[in-house]
Amino acid sequence: MKNEGSHISSYTSHAVVLIALLALTAISVAATEWHFGAFTVGVALLIASIKVATVIINFMHVKHESLFIKAMVSGVFVLFAAVIVITFIDYYLR
Amino acid sequence: MSVQAIHNERIDSETGKLGMWIFLFTELFLFGGLFLVYAVFRAKYSADFHHAAEELNTFIGTLNTVFLLVSSMTVAMSITAIQKDDKKLALFLVGLTVLLAGLFMMNKYFEWSHKFEFKIYPGSEVLKNLPQGELLFFGLYYMMTGLHALHVLIGMILLLINIVKIKNGTVSSNHYLHLENSGLYWHLVDLIWIFLFPLLYLIT
Amino acid sequence: MNASENGSHVSFLEHKGKYKGILSWLLTTDHKKIALLYLYSIMIFFFVGVILGLLMRIELFKPGETIMDAQTYNGMFTIHGIIMIFIIVIPALPAIFGNFFLPIMIGAKDVAFPKLNLFSWYLFIIGAIFGVLSQFIGEGSPDTGWTFYVPYSAESSTNVIYALVAAFILGFSSILTGLNFIVTMHRMRAPGMGWFRMPLFPWSLYATGWIQVLATPIVGITLLMVIAERVLKIGFFDPALGGDPVLFQHLFWIYSHPAVYIMILPGMGIVTEIFPTFSQKPVFGYTAILFSSLAIAFVGYFVWGHHMFTAGISYGSRWFFSFLTFIVAVPSAIKVFNWISTMYGGSIDLKPPLLYAIFFIFLFMIGGFTGLTLGSVATDVQAHDTAFVVAHFHYIIFGGMGFAFFAGLHYWFPKIFGKMYNNTLAYAGSIVIFIGFNLLYFPQFIIGLQGMPRRYFDYLPQFQTGHQLSTIGGFILFIGLIIMVYNLVYHAKKGAPAPSNPWKGVTLEWQIPSPPSHENFEEIPQIKNHPYFFGESTGNK
Repeated sequence: MKNEGSHISSYTSHAVVLIALLALTAISVAATEWHFGAFTVGVALLIASIKVATVIINFMHVKHESLFIKAMVSGVFVLFAAVIVITFIDYYLR
Repeated sequence: MSVQAIHNERIDSETGKLGMWIFLFTELFLFGGLFLVYAVFRAKYSADFHHAAEELNTFIGTLNTVFLLVSSMTVAMSITAIQKDDKKLALFLVGLTVLLAGLFMMNKYFEWSHKFEFKIYPGSEVLKNLPQGELLFFGLYYMMTGLHALHVLIGMILLLINIVKIKNGTVSSNHYLHLENSGLYWHLVDLIWIFLFPLLYLIT
Repeated sequence: MNASENGSHVSFLEHKGKYKGILSWLLTTDHKKIALLYLYSIMIFFFVGVILGLLMRIELFKPGETIMDAQTYNGMFTIHGIIMIFIIVIPALPAIFGNFFLPIMIGAKDVAFPKLNLFSWYLFIIGAIFGVLSQFIGEGSPDTGWTFYVPYSAESSTNVIYALVAAFILGFSSILTGLNFIVTMHRMRAPGMGWFRMPLFPWSLYATGWIQVLATPIVGITLLMVIAERVLKIGFFDPALGGDPVLFQHLFWIYSHPAVYIMILPGMGIVTEIFPTFSQKPVFGYTAILFSSLAIAFVGYFVWGHHMFTAGISYGSRWFFSFLTFIVAVPSAIKVFNWISTMYGGSIDLKPPLLYAIFFIFLFMIGGFTGLTLGSVATDVQAHDTAFVVAHFHYIIFGGMGFAFFAGLHYWFPKIFGKMYNNTLAYAGSIVIFIGFNLLYFPQFIIGLQGMPRRYFDYLPQFQTGHQLSTIGGFILFIGLIIMVYNLVYHAKKGAPAPSNPWKGVTLEWQIPSPPSHENFEEIPQIKNHPYFFGESTGNK
């Protein structure tokens, strides 16, 4: 049991991830100045999703977890997306 | 994958982590309901949302994002430290995480009290005279950041408990499930904020 | 195999733990004692709910005011709904039978998180107390119906907040139970028990657990939003402030429709255990039943809109939700065929549990077919908010989940208490309950189609015959319940000792003494066979 999930991540790898996250934040803030029109929210959400995925995979160690946890985590996000889409079937077609 | 029932006082780490992950899903869906409400009103009142978001201070928002991202790293590093049996470093990193969380809350406090000075709070007269979309935006703003701030506080308490546990040795390189799970919880707080930040502060 | 013979066996009821007396119950982490705590508290609340229901039936015996005024009636159907749905129907099967038998059936000594399990019970009790309190204190009992529809629930001057808090806390308790079960099944199956050797009752709890975990938080936040609406005047659901009441209905049913599957799936799991045992034959189509549970849980997550056909949602989404609703009927039908096929060619022994299970199929089918009537947009517009809907969901929830609960109670009673009940009384009780049930709810289908609205305290004289039959049925049902409860309560103390395997079942719970010992198993069992292996001669694979 001990060998599972006891992968030790290095300090530097965490620091690299943080730098990537900060860079993405900077891009996200800067992007608001560029005005993509209708796509502004899309771009902001895309960047946010990349950041979230980075945190989940690296900081939350999903990289080193079992296949089941990987499947579960992605499944939950897909499920939530489905709920939003289905609700919007109502709102967009009204 | 079948595993024997291990019946001792300590829950084994895989079991504990699985439980924590499933709990985090419920937290995600708790906020998910609010995100759904946000999506619906955002689609309906995009101009008002746009306008209302300008009231929010992007600088404070960005600063808070940085605090949470850094704290996410320090808590992740603290697990590495405890795995390597570096008790001092682990204590320092968890302490730093709590400190950053405190800074986040302080910022939040200033931000909210600034809004209150301008009489922007749920049910206020000023808010009632705003266009409906803006009123809903501030309603969502308070509800979402308020619920998030509550989670920050819970996360801080969990981390403070860890400081005690590391000190007295209940959390050590042999058994650090409690720290791992608190870390997972803290990352969740970060995740929610990563979505809240652009949706509330950056849609101007 | 049978440790009760050699005298060394100490049942969990007599086990000497750290605490004595009442504390040995209130501070227990034994899943079996927690199950009994749930059983006793749920039975008490069940009778509160039943009596509220009966009072409403008396009120409806004649048109006009009979024994209560309209506002009292509004409070009654609301509290009846809240107690029945949130305190009984949603938690009962997982919390009682799931807690007691899930660990035993997978060969474990307890659930994964025993302390969390006890904590869930305390949350349940706190929530239940809030629910009952809302009836008696402050501004009068809530009158919104258990669905808390806005804008009325944001405006009603009654105790809505207590009821909302109650539902929130009960939801949290339900989440933690579901979480505990999922982890238990993942981590604690006995050696040799692969996923596809797990009995089907645990499988149904697995599907249920996921719904509990992934749907309940949505209603949690929705209830918080209604509280915020009342306290802070935020306006998410108030059209005057730009909000959208239909959005509330979306959020509410995103949870509350899957909640219907939280109610019925474990019930299906229980009868799936009963049919093979009393037919002495392996369950027909193990894999089909298993995947139909998962399919019901999955598709059931996306059909919430069929509660809103008349609420003004778009034409396209009505089409979508109606279509998916019909899809859910398929896995449900698969289960019914499998249960019947399990009995086919078996050596059937019509003991009380099997009788209840057969009643379950009968009532569940009536409920299911009338559900299709409501799932189709055109007919739903006619039947929406009539007594037809009331009859439909009582057939599914009481006829389905309720009868499955009684079936499980009679099936596992000897194992839980180590005593046998009286068979004659059990038959009598079940038949009286069955007759009373049908007389109570069937007339409501008819007057519903004729136009009797639901939740009305008064009605036109033309509906009187239907209502009177219904009220008489209610009393017959009540007598049946008394017979059943008397039989069980009396014989739990005074009954003849039960052997460890009175029904010749083959799943793990029948391989240990009745009642089980504190640790369930003297040694962890090794699983070598399919869960429904009745020996070589019965056509096992």
